[in-house]
Amino acid sequence: MPSNKSVSDAPIAQFTNCRLLRGRRLQREDLWVREGKILNPEKLFFDEKGSADVQLDCKGCILAPGFIDVQINGGFGVDFSLATDDFRSGIDLVAQKILSHGVTSFCPTLVTSPPSVYHQILPQISVRNGGAHGAGILGAHLEGPFISKEKKGAHPEHCIRTFEENGFQDLLATYGSLDCIRIVTLAPEIKRSSEVIQELTKRGICVSLGHSVANLSQAEEAVQHGATFITHLFNAMLPFHHRDPGIVGLLTSDKIPAGRRVFYGMISDGIHTNPAALRIAHRAHPKGMVLVTDAIAGMGLAPGRHTLGQQVVEIDGLNTYIAGTKTLSGSVATMDTCVRHFLEATGCSVETALEAASLHPAQLLGIEDRKGTLNYDSDAGTVMGMVGRRVSACWSKVGSAINAGCICCFTGGSREPHSAQDLLWIFALVIFFRWVLVMLHELFGEAPTSQMSMEQSKDGSTLQSCPVSGVGRNSSAWRQP
Amino acid sequence: MLTLPQESVCSPSAAQPLDVPMLRPPEAASPRACAEPPAARRRPLLARCFRIASARRGGGSAAAFRSAVLGVCRGFILLYKLFAAIMRLVILEDYDQASEWAAKYICNRIIQFKPTQGRYFTLGLPTGSTPLGCYKKLIEYHKNGDLSFKYVKTFNMDEYVGLPRNHPESYHSYMWNNFFKHIDIDPNNAHILDGNAPDLQVECDAFEKKIEEAGGIDLFVGGIGPDGHIAFNEPGSSLSSRTRLKTLAMDTILANAKYFDGDLSKVPTMALTVGVGTVMDAREVMILITGAHKAFALYKAIEEGVNHMWTVSAFQQHPRTIFVCDEDATLELRVKTVKYFKGLMHVHNKLVDPLYSMKEN
Repeated sequence: MPSNKSVSDAPIAQFTNCRLLRGRRLQREDLWVREGKILNPEKLFFDEKGSADVQLDCKGCILAPGFIDVQINGGFGVDFSLATDDFRSGIDLVAQKILSHGVTSFCPTLVTSPPSVYHQILPQISVRNGGAHGAGILGAHLEGPFISKEKKGAHPEHCIRTFEENGFQDLLATYGSLDCIRIVTLAPEIKRSSEVIQELTKRGICVSLGHSVANLSQAEEAVQHGATFITHLFNAMLPFHHRDPGIVGLLTSDKIPAGRRVFYGMISDGIHTNPAALRIAHRAHPKGMVLVTDAIAGMGLAPGRHTLGQQVVEIDGLNTYIAGTKTLSGSVATMDTCVRHFLEATGCSVETALEAASLHPAQLLGIEDRKGTLNYDSDAGTVMGMVGRRVSACWSKVGSAINAGCICCFTGGSREPHSAQDLLWIFALVIFFRWVLVMLHELFGEAPTSQMSMEQSKDGSTLQSCPVSGVGRNSSAWRQP
Repeated sequence: MLTLPQESVCSPSAAQPLDVPMLRPPEAASPRACAEPPAARRRPLLARCFRIASARRGGGSAAAFRSAVLGVCRGFILLYKLFAAIMRLVILEDYDQASEWAAKYICNRIIQFKPTQGRYFTLGLPTGSTPLGCYKKLIEYHKNGDLSFKYVKTFNMDEYVGLPRNHPESYHSYMWNNFFKHIDIDPNNAHILDGNAPDLQVECDAFEKKIEEAGGIDLFVGGIGPDGHIAFNEPGSSLSSRTRLKTLAMDTILANAKYFDGDLSKVPTMALTVGVGTVMDAREVMILITGAHKAFALYKAIEEGVNHMWTVSAFQQHPRTIFVCDEDATLELRVKTVKYFKGLMHVHNKLVDPLYSMKEN
């Protein structure tokens, strides 16, 4: 059909036979994209008398807005807190590789580091749009160094600083320039944090509370001065107590200024937080949930030892510890795994799970007018997925061919119930493993065969983390809307 | 086969010489062959017809005569079908069947027209709740690959004045969401009146011009209001009116209020509409009428006289009209009328059965 587009001659792509996440629900609509922006097809039809140049059949896939990861420390061997000569190519590599996880925008995160590292690395991070070449960079997330020593987690103690002396000037001196900074995580109990938070908020930088021993009133005060985010809820903060909920109490606090919402990041890989805790947080404040990966350099790599800033960490499956200890330090879960686990653990709808990874981070950063949704005129970074299963190839070739931004594709056929043969196999395997355990018990007597691993943190409280069973994670797929 | 002119065989005293080779020896010219009607000698055209007829039948004058007469009769029937006026009242059981019949008819008409580049099929389209089922069926035929709207031009009947084009209740939105979005029509061929034009009368005149330039409308599909109006030609509209601005009657505003959250103040009070005369200019008109609330209007349109208070009655004077309705819409008609037209359903169904498909081309 001859197109007569008065606004632009760029090719228009029409994605048909798909379900769009729009208006908080999945709708059977077509997605129209031109030059990386989502078009209003009615306007195109009546005003421009234009039509599609390319039609792509999505075969019933779900098209969701691209995921936004606001806490990612690196991946694929690249560590954002390590100043190397080829830092830029490292960040490009990560940007390109995380497309296949569905992430189309991210905030490279730097852990607590000496000022020299910030001065070297920050100028090399530039805010840029995503495309077929890789995910977009929204700005850096600086997790530290103004955090609490008691809750440093995997951060090096010798680099932790305060701004008690000169307030905001100390912060400026540490970071060097504030140009490409998007989020700063700090502990609000540090003196003069209020004025620092106000200064940062004035400059449009999102302030997050984390790695802190603040109580609820200190946290509320920080929120009143402008803080809007909580870095990995439950981790590296005082545990919830019924007489002093601590930072966790912000989820249901009544002292939040009107019109403002507190968001909280959660690493839903099944290790950093027990699924029950994930459910409690989600039910208490569903609109504030932001899924993050907190991925480290080892994400996407084989198990073994890798660097994280000034530390060495060890990867074992989905668990990442500081080498030689049992302190969790970041994760190697990918964003799509986090979304899937969140969906299964909370039993929420597909729309809610997708929004937690796309719309809510966009709302946190104040960019929901152009990212995080599939509304008309927003950026066309989209994730395409079938119900369930893994992410496979990246549609970068298609993306470049039609110049339509980042499009990622999940594989998989449509959701089918397990066939009788599958069920038989599962049953047989369960019986077999049970037999093995019984045999082992008989052979080796009362030897402990505990599957639990203990995490010991400095303040003496112990957390138990169970590896999530493989069968449980993979067997249930996303529910059909 | 006889190839000689009849005159030379049957009248040896014919003046013209036998310059045509004789394919049959003279002795085969039986007396029977000379028993042609004398008219054949004096009327060459008629003779030629007999010749063709007898050639088809393999000879024999009586058979030739019979087949010639039959051929002539068929010709007349064809001419009658083409040029005679027909009013059909097609009565289906329920809304779904009525929508399906109408969609099949439109589908067949488009396909039989064989539209191509430069020769478009022009269709007039309605809005409202009645044609929704018909649109859904047409979309289904398109999705199955049986029907393409690539060479179809559409002209909508009406549009509200003052409503933004992207308002969910504007007729632009209605046509986009319920029809254009799902088919392959060229945006340049979809014409809808613009209710926000700076000069509304100029807009109406331009619309009339566009219809004229498209060669007139082949099939105008319309609905009917409870007060018997076609498009927004409210009771009292001239039956020879053209496209113009019209103030809506209270009845229409009340009927439309359900689309505006029941708030009467939000309903537009003026609209641009094609005139009754404009629709009468179409080569064929199909009116969809479903539901008991339209029954009285149908009665007035068909069984009473032509009356400008019930503007649909004007189509009693249109040469080709089809009223497609369901049982509920016939509740106010005479039993005699309903029985008569139901008895013709086997004829009406020939129009939609077989259902043609563009896949065969």
